[in-house]
Amino acid sequence: MPPGINAGDTAWMLAATALVLLMTPALGLFYAGLVRSKNTLNTFMMCVAALAVATVAWAAIGYSLAFNGNAGFIGGLGNAFLHNVTFAPRQGTHIPHLLFFAFQATFCIVTTALVSGAVVERMRFGPFLVFAALWSVFVYAVLAHWAFGGGWLQAHGTLDFAGGVPVEMGSGFSALAAALVVGARKDYGRLAILPHNAVYVLVGAGLLWFGWFGFNGGSGYSTGAPGVLAFVNTLLTPACTLAVWFVLDMVRARQVTAIGAATAIVVGCVGITPAAGYISPGWAMALGVIAALPSYAVVMLRPRTRVDETLDVLAAHGVAGFTGILFIGFFAQHSWNGVSDGLFYGHAAQLGHQAIAALAGPAYAFCMTFVLLKAIALFAPLRVAAGDEALGLDIVSHGEEAYPSGEGAILVPVLPAREEAAPARVATAPATP
Amino acid sequence: MKLVIGIVRPEKTNDVLEALYRAEVRGLSMTRVEGHGGELDHVETYRGTRVQVGVSEKVRFEIAVSDDFVQPTIEALCEGARTGEVGDGKIFVIPVEQVVRIRTGEQDMAAVTPVGA
Repeated sequence: MPPGINAGDTAWMLAATALVLLMTPALGLFYAGLVRSKNTLNTFMMCVAALAVATVAWAAIGYSLAFNGNAGFIGGLGNAFLHNVTFAPRQGTHIPHLLFFAFQATFCIVTTALVSGAVVERMRFGPFLVFAALWSVFVYAVLAHWAFGGGWLQAHGTLDFAGGVPVEMGSGFSALAAALVVGARKDYGRLAILPHNAVYVLVGAGLLWFGWFGFNGGSGYSTGAPGVLAFVNTLLTPACTLAVWFVLDMVRARQVTAIGAATAIVVGCVGITPAAGYISPGWAMALGVIAALPSYAVVMLRPRTRVDETLDVLAAHGVAGFTGILFIGFFAQHSWNGVSDGLFYGHAAQLGHQAIAALAGPAYAFCMTFVLLKAIALFAPLRVAAGDEALGLDIVSHGEEAYPSGEGAILVPVLPAREEAAPARVATAPATP
Repeated sequence: MKLVIGIVRPEKTNDVLEALYRAEVRGLSMTRVEGHGGELDHVETYRGTRVQVGVSEKVRFEIAVSDDFVQPTIEALCEGARTGEVGDGKIFVIPVEQVVRIRTGEQDMAAVTPVGA
């Protein structure tokens, strides 16, 4: 084993990396359940697309821009194409640099996938692939550098344990910009658009929570106290959010909803993400209670607007991330985290550091996403045609259905290679004589 | 009295319902059906298997109306269901011999006239 590597830390981080990777297909399942059945596969595939393009972009350049050097705004190109990313320990940790890269890659993937929730059911798949690649570099890598890579937020004392700035606020406020640029679905505000499978949503939320133990528990990069605290807080906060969400549902409509519960799990996990290794378990439970309130309000109010931010990424991630980042400023506790106190424990300046992050992160994410999508729109339309939107994107974009009946499907004989490239839809002669 | 049967695209169902509502046609049944009317097929691919899906999903409206309402019903179906592409569907109008409202035993014209109309 190379000097400076700790076997226990490395073993845990290998497992944590796999846990976080699971969150992307889990998110795909969560999102797929929330859309109409005709868009199931397309919605899931946007998350699968992030596994492809965000990983490649991250290995090529994103990781280096996020984690190479301590410049204020953006990192260098010293680790581009994994140059010098080897078995030696990553600075500040006792795990191999290569493993640190892979762990951070899974964050970039799931964050890129999160943004798709704003544009499902109408965005073309090709332009989404381009957007995902550019977003993972120009938005995620920059914000990750600010918050964990030695950039200006981290240098000025902002605490962000597992990604309140780049992951949660980054995706949430980017989602708002994406929804504004791509525009509302044709049926939005005209028809009742209902989730087609609430069981997918619950299973997806459950798997997300499972993966989140790696996400937060791994963000201490060790098996030491911060990682253990973050791991346990990842159990406590979402449980409290879930309980409060039940109460809010009861007060509002006298019934506890399943999709509300799935949303609450995500909101709780998001809320604790930035604060996981910095606040006591007691305050983590309080955060679970508090984080539920603004996110619940945005979930209820957003559908009354003209903004079709379809799967409420802003409410679940942007708003809950904002709550979590600010909460650190009040209730961080040196006796638990060994780093800093918050306002409540006599260090008011911490709240200032957190407030700067809570403003700068969303502002950058919103503006950059807006510009990226407008730029892509100059070269290709972002949306499918209205008729294709009505037909559903599974057939239009992928030529498959999530629930094919098999009825009336005729086997197409294997054609010579030249004709194999025929257009996806072929006309047949009418059956009439 | 006539029975108007309209077979339309599933994605236009809501537009048809809106158009019928505006035409004050009340009382209808709808069913999901599968069929073929000579429209464009689409090809799906699952691993190595390519299939051409010949029958497409449609929604079948059945609306029993008095003679005065036949034309407005047809117009509403056309207005709601038309996209201009092949596959918009068809309308069939069939004479009806007898209609009975089960609750009251009312017959024919009284039975196809909505309550309160």
